[in-house]
Amino acid sequence: MSEPDVLLEITDLDVFYGDFQALFGVSMSVARGCATALVGANGAGKTTLLRTIAGAQAPSSGFVRYGGSDITAAPPHRRIARGIALVPEGRKLFPSLTVEENIQVGAAAAASPQWPLQRIYDTFPMIARRRRQRASTLSGGEQQAVAIARALAAGPSLLLLDEISLGLAPVVVEGLYETLSGLRSAGATLVLVEQDLRRAMDACDNLVCLLEGRVALAAAVADVTRDQVVAAYFGEGRS
Amino acid sequence: MNWVNAVIQGMLLGGQYALIACGLSLTFGVMRIVNLAHGDLAVCGAYLGLVLSSALGVPVWITLPLLLPVAFAAGLALQLLLFGRALRHGVLAPVLVTFGLSVMIENLLQVAATSDPRGLPGGSLALASFHITGGITVSWLFLTAFLTACAVLSGLQLLLSHTSWGRKVRATADDVDTARLVGIRVRPLFATVAGIAVATAALAGVFIGTIGTFDPLTGTDVLIFAFEAVVIGGIGSLWGTLVGGVALGVTQVVVGEVNQAYAVLAVNLLFLAVLTVRPGGLFTSRQVLREAAGQGAG
Repeated sequence: MSEPDVLLEITDLDVFYGDFQALFGVSMSVARGCATALVGANGAGKTTLLRTIAGAQAPSSGFVRYGGSDITAAPPHRRIARGIALVPEGRKLFPSLTVEENIQVGAAAAASPQWPLQRIYDTFPMIARRRRQRASTLSGGEQQAVAIARALAAGPSLLLLDEISLGLAPVVVEGLYETLSGLRSAGATLVLVEQDLRRAMDACDNLVCLLEGRVALAAAVADVTRDQVVAAYFGEGRS
Repeated sequence: MNWVNAVIQGMLLGGQYALIACGLSLTFGVMRIVNLAHGDLAVCGAYLGLVLSSALGVPVWITLPLLLPVAFAAGLALQLLLFGRALRHGVLAPVLVTFGLSVMIENLLQVAATSDPRGLPGGSLALASFHITGGITVSWLFLTAFLTACAVLSGLQLLLSHTSWGRKVRATADDVDTARLVGIRVRPLFATVAGIAVATAALAGVFIGTIGTFDPLTGTDVLIFAFEAVVIGGIGSLWGTLVGGVALGVTQVVVGEVNQAYAVLAVNLLFLAVLTVRPGGLFTSRQVLREAAGQGAG
């Protein structure tokens, strides 16, 4: 039933934190080589969805299929070995490790050696200069670049990015998105959570809007207007 | 010359404390488990040394290639079967579990080995000593214990700083959730850390048993000194643990030179003083303290 070019397919996902239900029957699919923007208000379940795809959160029902096989119950290290890497919200670098050590840890369960250190440093020259520094001494933009580098070190086929522009200066965000478009032209599949709707729609082919844990809108960016997305974002037009 | 001698003997004694303490420091630094059975595990190591050396009829040193892997395996098993499960139920559960383990070990040892004090056959090394000058005589056994402590601490530090295993351990100590997320398999990693901790405890136990005597309840005293060495040195700092152990040893012997009755009291007062003045220990960096404070607040 799933088409051959579908890399990730999520079906009827319910996710709970204790008694609190964060996702209600969420389904979406991501085609190989596509970029999908995940938008929605705070608390809509975007981070939960990414963490569930990465294996940090277990769904109470529903399926996650990746590359044609069911990975719903697979632990994070298995998913990384199959090519799913997450850049977590808030960067979450290991503060006492150096920049280079952070990246090396990311390569610990690597799916493929397509991102050796040298290629990472060529892609992010600003962190190459800081490779021996502790991650906690870097600026926000540099830390975000290291967080992306750490995920790339795992050689992912599917890269999940959670609010990489959070708290960063626009010029820094611009640089990060340029890097992402470079990754896209190299064939990476991306799912990214982004608060800035314009940026999300510029950077992605598809868009999924979550509203209170449910999919309010799923469409190709070319097929929707900004107003339609905003309406889905705020739940306007619901009966 | 008495004072110089006291300081030297104290430093050597401190090496033994550091050897016991490094496993405690490692388990707490990485897994956030205060292992209250650590001293008892050291004493188990001493009893195992006793059993092996009398069965084989050799000095206890010869049994180490057998004893240390057994201790490592025991550490693996304890982490996988006991501590790891306890960790899933908050911070208090591991404390209760290790306390229970401590009580169980002490009572099982009393049943199996009676409460008679024992000693380990250390061979010719146990009695040999050499003179430096005048009144200063150094026991080869004490010196070996001290050098072993330095070697174990250096080895651990090298492993932690320069190997892929060490990187993973430090990353996990920083943030266990993110470590899982980047693909580190935390369960087996914790098991190897616990294995190393118990192996170093058993090694320390062998020195305790060779230098002095031990009985099933020795573990509790051992634990207190090890715990104080860790706290004085600063939690998570291995070299700090060595300095902490030496500070304890020197205080104990120097005060003992004045009046033996106050030696252990002085050690505990030193511990109290350090806790009051520098609650994070002598070698905890400000950054670590800031992060700890941040975690507490958040």
